[in-house]
Amino acid sequence: MTLSPPAPPPRPAPVARLADVGLRYRRKVALEDITLDLPSDCVVGLIGPDGVGKSSLLALLAGARAVQKGSVQTLGGDMAQARHRQLVCHRIANMPQGLGRNLYATLSVEENLQFVARSFGHNAAEHRRRIDRLSQRTGLFPFLSRPAGKLSGGMKQKLGLCCALIHDPDLLILDEPTTGVDPLARVQFWELIGEIRTERPGMSVIVATATLEEALRFDWLVAMDAGRVLATGTPRALLEQHDSPSLEEAFVALLPEARRREHRAVSLAPAPPRDEKAVAIEATELTMRFGDFVAVDHVSFRILRGEIFGFIGSNGCGKSTTMKMLTGLLPPSGGHASLFGTPVNAADLATRRRVGYMSQGFSLYSELTVRQNLVLHAHLFQVPKADIPARVDALIQRFGLEGRSAALPDTLPLGMRQRLSLAVATVHQPELLILDEPTSGVDPIARDSLWHLMIDLARQDQVTIFISTHFMNEAERCDRVALMHSGRVLVTQVPAELKRRRHVATLEDAFIGYLREADGAVASTPAKGSVPDPAPVPLPTSAPQSTPPTRARTAPIRPPRVRFSPARAWSCCLRETLELRRDPVRGTLALLGTALLMLVVGYGISLDVENLTFAVLDRDETQLSRNYALNLSGSRYFVERPAIEDDASMDRRMRSGELALALEIPEGFARDAGRGGPVAIGAWVDGSMPRRAETVRAYVQGMHEGWLLEQAQHRQSSGRATGLARIETRFRYNPDVRSLPAMVPAVIPMLLLMIPAMLAALSVVREKELGSIINLYVTPVTRAEFLLGKQLPYIVLAMLNFALMTLLSITWFGVPVKGSLPTLTLGALLFVMFSTGYGLLASTFTRSQIAALFVTLLGTMIPAVQFAGMLNPVSSLEGAAAWIGRVYPASHFLTISRGVFSKALGWSQLASSFWPLALSVPVILTLSIILLRKQES
Amino acid sequence: MPRAAHIYRLGVKELWSLARDPAMLALIAYTFTGAIYISATAMPETLHHAPIAIVDEDLSPLSARLTRAFFLPRFNEPAMIQVSDVDAGMDHGTYTFALDIPPDFQRDVLAGRTPALQLSVDATRMSQAFTGSGYIRMMVSTEIDDFVRRHRSLDPAPVELALRTRFNPNLEHSWFGALMEVLNNVTMLSIVLTGAALIREREHGTIEHLLVMPVTPAEIMLAKVWSMGLVVLAAAAFALVVVVQGVLHVPIEGSLLLFLTGAVLHVFATTSLGIFMATVARSMPQFGMLAVLILLPLQLLSGNATPRESMPGFLQTLMEASPTTHFVLVGQAILFRGAGLSVVWPSFLALAAIGTVLFAISLNRFRKTINQMS
Repeated sequence: MTLSPPAPPPRPAPVARLADVGLRYRRKVALEDITLDLPSDCVVGLIGPDGVGKSSLLALLAGARAVQKGSVQTLGGDMAQARHRQLVCHRIANMPQGLGRNLYATLSVEENLQFVARSFGHNAAEHRRRIDRLSQRTGLFPFLSRPAGKLSGGMKQKLGLCCALIHDPDLLILDEPTTGVDPLARVQFWELIGEIRTERPGMSVIVATATLEEALRFDWLVAMDAGRVLATGTPRALLEQHDSPSLEEAFVALLPEARRREHRAVSLAPAPPRDEKAVAIEATELTMRFGDFVAVDHVSFRILRGEIFGFIGSNGCGKSTTMKMLTGLLPPSGGHASLFGTPVNAADLATRRRVGYMSQGFSLYSELTVRQNLVLHAHLFQVPKADIPARVDALIQRFGLEGRSAALPDTLPLGMRQRLSLAVATVHQPELLILDEPTSGVDPIARDSLWHLMIDLARQDQVTIFISTHFMNEAERCDRVALMHSGRVLVTQVPAELKRRRHVATLEDAFIGYLREADGAVASTPAKGSVPDPAPVPLPTSAPQSTPPTRARTAPIRPPRVRFSPARAWSCCLRETLELRRDPVRGTLALLGTALLMLVVGYGISLDVENLTFAVLDRDETQLSRNYALNLSGSRYFVERPAIEDDASMDRRMRSGELALALEIPEGFARDAGRGGPVAIGAWVDGSMPRRAETVRAYVQGMHEGWLLEQAQHRQSSGRATGLARIETRFRYNPDVRSLPAMVPAVIPMLLLMIPAMLAALSVVREKELGSIINLYVTPVTRAEFLLGKQLPYIVLAMLNFALMTLLSITWFGVPVKGSLPTLTLGALLFVMFSTGYGLLASTFTRSQIAALFVTLLGTMIPAVQFAGMLNPVSSLEGAAAWIGRVYPASHFLTISRGVFSKALGWSQLASSFWPLALSVPVILTLSIILLRKQES
Repeated sequence: MPRAAHIYRLGVKELWSLARDPAMLALIAYTFTGAIYISATAMPETLHHAPIAIVDEDLSPLSARLTRAFFLPRFNEPAMIQVSDVDAGMDHGTYTFALDIPPDFQRDVLAGRTPALQLSVDATRMSQAFTGSGYIRMMVSTEIDDFVRRHRSLDPAPVELALRTRFNPNLEHSWFGALMEVLNNVTMLSIVLTGAALIREREHGTIEHLLVMPVTPAEIMLAKVWSMGLVVLAAAAFALVVVVQGVLHVPIEGSLLLFLTGAVLHVFATTSLGIFMATVARSMPQFGMLAVLILLPLQLLSGNATPRESMPGFLQTLMEASPTTHFVLVGQAILFRGAGLSVVWPSFLALAAIGTVLFAISLNRFRKTINQMS
């Protein structure tokens, strides 16, 4: 089968045209040689397993990803041009992959919808009208105040759809909208899309899906594999072309010969007669509560030895939780479970050796090779040492991993990784395998090969298999299946019997029947953990502007082309504020963090040198020698320790760090001094902390001179050196030379730089990690609106911090503000605009939150402490350090802070420090706006 | 009952994981080479390029002599300014010191009228203010002595002070900077590596994997403690021998082996702390924030930046419970002052006790929370 030429478009103007499109992520090819016209005004499906390039293709069409090679035209314009993207994004709606990836989990349904609506303009009344209409339409209306994170999977998808439809798009792009939702919710979702399309026939829909059963409903299909297009055409044409009963088989037939050769159809040998008393798993009234949410609600079932038992249900319905309770990973909150007749007990290591468990998603050590993983697990399961090499070799062969045993798992294709997981789970030859969605995302061929292995284990080795899955054709292969829905098991039965009882042709229809029944029953008893999706409300008579008589395409919502819309920036700001308020961790760091760090740094970087310990080795023991020692112990800087007896003890006590200073007064000191000298007093200073030692030396010298002067006056002699001139030292601004009044005004700039920058940096990178950054890529929100809107809440928060620290300084540390508080506040405002801007800058080029934290810490702490004049004045720096010190805004705010706090200054004396500060704000913001990308590269 | 074979196997696994994590390897390499070099060389001498201004109202040979006495590297070339400029310059922080030589100063000195020089010091610059003013006083009086001595003879001071500095005779800040950075990085890395190792397992879902195997939480935890501790100790030993002694030529007074023994006790405590923090944080970013909030106090208040005795009493008492305080005591005593076991054994005992308590608390918390991690 070669690449079919682009089929003649069924309608005149294709909604999108791709010509010779290629895309690669670093060295990995995602798309290659794609030339394709997608017909408009219908539902186009992109089909194929995970990782074949469907999402990449959709992201290119939506403008979320930058075009690398070839040309992409959507709605009649080139998507490589920013101007066209800005224009056309009002007409495209994008719903990315993953349940609720573009939603804000802590925001309510209403707040999510409001945010998206505001991004597209309109006035408040129009927002209200559209939100009410769409939410009634989808049945979300009663849940407008519920946080998006607490919706069921199906409802999240509906909310995502509402967000996508709020601006009446001409092109709706859906990336795997029904993955992980139950069959009923899936049917309802497509009914909804169908109704919306009857209402707006001019709307084109492009859908990607890995579930081939649902693709039969679409008008036109694009089958993809390994970044290439395999075939295009209507579903009927694809089926007829290969004479296949199902799309899945047609898809396999489309694959290249080499891939197809590995494939064997799965056939299940009939189950041998079983001993009803040989029970592998028994669950009785098993219940799991998380807070007031009931994840698993009185679930009971029994799995016999050697049985393949399937578990069907949507994401979040409680399948994984039930499995975890059975493995002992989670202690149940009620009911009990037993394995092989013994109660499940997490502390019982013996049962663990009889069970193999494969968790959802790949969870082996990606840093260990295939063989290392197998060997490690064999050791941990205490396989006899002598057997390990043979066992591992046998597994590598049986699971088709030959030739790859030295490879790292991440370099293997998904299907092979799942085989490795299964191999690891069976390394200790367990009697029972618990497999949590082992086949999700895996392509049909790899899925079937995994099933061959599982059936082999079940029928040959008599291993009991307990498996959960989304796929109906896999459910058919199980000896018995249980259907789970919102924490309860609705039915447990042999698949064929299920179909017979409900009088339907497919297992899917049988399940839909049970789900409808269950929802009907639950609707009458609300107040449950997971809320059912109510039946759609009939379409309200729509206002004329919502269904324009002409085709929407010719009359799109065209907002005035403004460079900067304050309304959209404000919308970003509101959303960020709401999110911040609902995130306890960042909130605590923002407020308590600064207070704690201020205390720590204020005391920790103390430059006071006091309570210095000293002891005297007095070999003279006269009144004069004691007088000399008294001179020291009387000062507030020194604390006297018991006298030193001899040289050895002096050495020991200095080595232990007990003494910072040791004095040795020689024999005959009083006698020689009386004669007018010369006589020398020995002073040993502990030099291990140089700064302290320098201060000790200065103290000792000063006191020595003072003592001499006193003695001289005592004896009324004159003409001594100390009498030539006096030096009157004035310690200005901080007469007692205490550390706190000097440090506190310096700590405030440091913390106002570090913490707001860190929080602001996280705010953008978080969106990158969670995926909601897509809202920047595909909505009309500009980079400036996005960044400035995000910055504002952090500026407010930072000013709150500033107030808190100033208060702490005055009350707790007793360091008053001597100068003009308004001047200080203005300086702080400009400075936090810079520091939050720095955080935004750091977040434009980092990808993960931890990297953003690291970059921000490096970029704030080091310059603030080393170059901004906190410890050493900027005028003492040399070279690059001096240059950084002069340019870095922290230096200027430090001057302002010290000036106002300690030097009682005001605006007139500090004005020259304000200009560089004021200049830094637009510079850093412009830089971040330029560096932030409006598309994924 | 933990089994040595499991602990060994899981520990080896940790080492493999670390070996294939380029970011962490880079962090280890940097903290024990570049970071030490930088903090040794960037540690400024106390009086280095101190900015000073002189108001010369005398314009005599003596005042000129005094002005010439200030030169690099201790002082920047003095700025000659007017009395009226002193306040503005001090307010703006342009000068840390301003020395005012009054009119007829030389005449009054020679006449024995003991005139007064005014020295203004910006006391918000704690690092320069105190030592600098002491230094200026000493220098000025020496200069005046020498000047006057050419005119008439002076009596020598009856009692001299012979000041000597032990352990670091020239008070080189780089010695202090290099060794303290080693201590800091031992603490920082042992916490970050162990914590990150646990969070990585949690984020990759492998912790769940361990839990369904016949492995106990104590074994999982001990494996991480020994493997990450070993890495940190090896890196610290390398840094002390190659970077500190070899490249920076900083002498180490005491026994390296004794210091490493102390470090083993310390690392036992800090790796346990790292595990504890990783059970509190839910993700890597949260762990990062927590680490900043915990490491900063542990480091700054341990006495390795500034002397503990000048901190408030309650903080000193509180910090007795921190392993870093005792580790810094051990490090300073052995590395700087060449102390032996007879001197440092109380700190060893304290470290062992703190480590045992932290390990017990962490293990308890790890057992309780491990189920929620999967």
